[in-house]
Amino acid sequence: MSSEDVLNPKHMPHDPEKATLEGKNKFIGFWFFLGGETVLFASLFGTYLALNGSTQGENTPEHLFGLELVFIMTMLLLTSSLTSVYAMYHMKNQDFKKMQIWLGITVVLGLGFLGMEIYEFYHYIHHYEFTFRSSAFGSAFYTLVGFHGGHVLFGLCWIVSLMLRNQKRGLNLYNAPKFYIASLYWHFIDVVWVFIFTVVYLMGKVG
Amino acid sequence: MADNTHSKPVHHREFEKKQHREEMKQQVLTFALMILFTLIAFGMVIMEVNSYFIIPTLIILAVVQVAFQLYYFMHMKNKGHDMVALMMYGGAAVALLTIITFTSIIWW
Repeated sequence: MSSEDVLNPKHMPHDPEKATLEGKNKFIGFWFFLGGETVLFASLFGTYLALNGSTQGENTPEHLFGLELVFIMTMLLLTSSLTSVYAMYHMKNQDFKKMQIWLGITVVLGLGFLGMEIYEFYHYIHHYEFTFRSSAFGSAFYTLVGFHGGHVLFGLCWIVSLMLRNQKRGLNLYNAPKFYIASLYWHFIDVVWVFIFTVVYLMGKVG
Repeated sequence: MADNTHSKPVHHREFEKKQHREEMKQQVLTFALMILFTLIAFGMVIMEVNSYFIIPTLIILAVVQVAFQLYYFMHMKNKGHDMVALMMYGGAAVALLTIITFTSIIWW
């Protein structure tokens, strides 16, 4: 039996993402990476919490932030997390087309989120002259939220390239782990965002 | 290589599909709860609930929501996630220490 046949069985196993050794390694290695990402973001959160009182002029968290935009962004990202769950549901049922459709919806929602974040930054810079260099609060804010936005951008590129690359291949044991891990990354982005909207925006408004 | 992946009985596959549907139902329920927690958190801040407990409550809501995300959306509740739990709890412990250090010693 050639490796091509092994990777394309007639009936997919129950967990196509962990059916091969490579899949298992990707799975465990990726969670190791997520543990490290947790610490990385913690250092940015710690910096923000320590420096968000070092403001300049009127540009304080309470004065700057608008909750309407943040609420819509939260809903977009949370919904995109559910749509990627749907994508993995169809992956397990070996329905490649439906998986691609749900991943596509995830990407659209993620793009919406990213667009709104860019608008938010633009708004702060042009209407409040609140930049990376304005104050320690500014530096900490843009580093933390911008780093998360960078993760969103990377996740979008990742999912889109997986979708395009495997469009004609269909689902097999070679690419199932890849899709699964990209969806884990997408969920982790939402995990970080939950703490950002709580710590930065909501707690910033409470003062 | 065993041939067992080629001859999976139809009823077994039906059983697996049913299992997947059950899991999906739980995940949709989880999503509804996460939306609810988000609404409560935003609602408390918008209505200016002026209480000593508002910040701890916000943090607890966030932690519960993240736990839902990890255990249901990212499948940490399923079998074979022991190493995963070790890494995430290890990461969370170091994360907590990092935040305490940054806010109490480095930039106070």
